[in-house]
Amino acid sequence: MIVSHFTAVLIFAACVSVVFGITQRSETRAMVKYGLYCFALFVVGTIAASWAMALIKR
Amino acid sequence: MATTQAQAQQQKVANSNPRTMRAYGVFFAGWLVPGAGHFMERRWIRGVLVLAAVLTLFVCGLEMGGKIYSPNAGDVLDILGFFGDLGAAGLYLLARVAGWGAQPVQIVVADYGTKFLVVAGLLNFIAAVDAHDIALGKKR
Repeated sequence: MIVSHFTAVLIFAACVSVVFGITQRSETRAMVKYGLYCFALFVVGTIAASWAMALIKR
Repeated sequence: MATTQAQAQQQKVANSNPRTMRAYGVFFAGWLVPGAGHFMERRWIRGVLVLAAVLTLFVCGLEMGGKIYSPNAGDVLDILGFFGDLGAAGLYLLARVAGWGAQPVQIVVADYGTKFLVVAGLLNFIAAVDAHDIALGKKR
């Protein structure tokens, strides 16, 4: 299976965020919020790091 | 000295408590099969989500050409990779028996796949500890 780097990030972020949300919070609502927070951090962090590396390369 | 002996006695009593023994069973089940610990605690949705997340990472890792680490005493990262893979014990044993993930990593995507496999194991370990905490009553 050949996937793009961004697709790999999305799969990774989604799976890790689900488990983090379940294991790090006790209430259902807090689990969902924490899972979404982790997912956003993974994706936004990866995009930011990618842009930083692209700018450094220039 | 007397306090230490009393604490040791308390710990011994706690370890032989049926609830504690069951909690170890829950941890072991969760370690062997992703989500099984949560299923034993009747946390059905959490169990299904853990199973789906760990299984998705594991299958994607294999499909991407990731490598399953075998027991080794070589490079530190290889040793850590083995312990990471071992976090999902049932899936690891299945992969070893079936010979999955035995091919060498030659492309970048396969390296990502190797990381997927390690992270699947680590996540499963966290989930098993979470189920253990639920069984002990430390978490709802």
